[in-house]
Amino acid sequence: MLTQRAKEVDRKPMTFLESIYLWNIMKGMGITISHLFKKKATINYPEQTRTFSKVFRGLHVLNRDAEGRENCTACGLCAVACPAEAITMEGAERLPGEEHLYREEKYAAKYEINMLRCIFCGLCEEACPKDAIYLSQTFAPANYGRKGFIYKKDDLLIPHPIENKEAYEAALGDKPAKN
Amino acid sequence: MTLLVIDWWFILEKALLIGGIIGLSFFIAMYTTLAERKVAAWLQDRRGPNRAGPFGIFQPLADGGKLFFKEEIIPLASNKFLFILGPALAMITALLTSTVIPWAAPFVTQGGNVIPMQVADVDMGILLVFSIVSVGVYGIMIGGWASNNKFSLMAAIRGASQMVSYELPMGLCLIAVLFMTGSLKMSEIVANQVQNGWHIIYQPLGFIIFFVCALAECNRTPFDLPEAENELNFGYHQEYSSMKLGFYLFAEYINMFISSAVMVTLFFGGYDIPFVNEASWGLSSFWMTAISFAVIMAKISFMLFVFLWIRWTIPRFRYDQLMNLGWKKLIPLALVNMIISAAVMLLLNK
Repeated sequence: MLTQRAKEVDRKPMTFLESIYLWNIMKGMGITISHLFKKKATINYPEQTRTFSKVFRGLHVLNRDAEGRENCTACGLCAVACPAEAITMEGAERLPGEEHLYREEKYAAKYEINMLRCIFCGLCEEACPKDAIYLSQTFAPANYGRKGFIYKKDDLLIPHPIENKEAYEAALGDKPAKN
Repeated sequence: MTLLVIDWWFILEKALLIGGIIGLSFFIAMYTTLAERKVAAWLQDRRGPNRAGPFGIFQPLADGGKLFFKEEIIPLASNKFLFILGPALAMITALLTSTVIPWAAPFVTQGGNVIPMQVADVDMGILLVFSIVSVGVYGIMIGGWASNNKFSLMAAIRGASQMVSYELPMGLCLIAVLFMTGSLKMSEIVANQVQNGWHIIYQPLGFIIFFVCALAECNRTPFDLPEAENELNFGYHQEYSSMKLGFYLFAEYINMFISSAVMVTLFFGGYDIPFVNEASWGLSSFWMTAISFAVIMAKISFMLFVFLWIRWTIPRFRYDQLMNLGWKKLIPLALVNMIISAAVMLLLNK
């Protein structure tokens, strides 16, 4: 069926001038040489980086409150919400004298995210009732082994907002400090 | 009684010239590999290799070093002697053709000695180039046959028939040029162009046919059928590794360089500087030689760029298309071109 844009295939035998291909090759060379002056699509990666949009979903960060206490209560809602089953955690009870470390009575003693399984959908962030986890604007760097992609609590936890203020603010990025 | 008088200066002069030209060929071939990757990238909106040194200028050294340290593999069922002879022959023939090309205006010393910037100004000049180029096909044939691999053999057969059939129109174009110069000597071909204008003005069709044939002789795209990656795996150098493979690849680039030099000498006035009468400048002989060398190198670089430009524009021809183009289109065209130029030369009574 012929649409408006369809062109019928020309099956006429080539004339002698066409059959030495010269004119068509020159036309093609004109097209390629015009690309010499076009803007390059490549970004020189290590020196330049692409700017991400504000809603980019990158590596996870475990949040602290303004006094530097961990928000996570190991409720497990993020692990339930995770479609890729990338999150593992173990809860523990806060002991007397640890109030400056954890905000509530229960905390995550172990918290692991397997970045090879993670699909960076952000459902964990949406599921969290305590604002304890959010996705930052960086991505997981390359690694030599699978083990290196299982991020422990140390890798995920945001720097302390009082002891290490600059790093905290850098990690926060565009996200406004909540709570 | 002296049986043989050896002019040591003459030998020194020629040795320097030969060493210089071989070094130059290698240097240009090295940087043509980089230029190839860069031009490919630019024509495809990419940047090309830029990690080794500024703008990637050390990339050819890195590639060469890699090739040297690769494992050397000689297949068990191959003919070892011929297997090694193949790439050697390809390289030797590629380098030999540079002997008769005049690289710059002759250098006159203080004492009045004229040193031609040409290794050998033999009478049969351009014919020598053609005969060596036709030996070059043995590099491919021997390599392909000695590998004991059916793909290599098929590629070698293709390469041989391609080179033989494209030498014909090339030779016919050359005859039309020789009508005008009346000499096979390279220096006289250049001198004729300096006097009467470049041959490209009188022989545009001849040049185009010659250029197409040069592409086929160098096994460059669109005529790179001997190495057709997608049908013959890698063609005649499939079984080669390490620097033997490097020799084949390198010989291709040297061939490109030399055939550009031949085309520049035959059609674009060699080392002649266009649009000016350089004799009236009154420069010293040293500077005339240097400038004319720079001019021929600029012309050759442009020809090399056209080679690369064509490679990244058009896909490979099919084998039957290649043969049709060679025998049914280019040979008749070259014959017509030759007859017309002969008739015109007769009419002008030259």
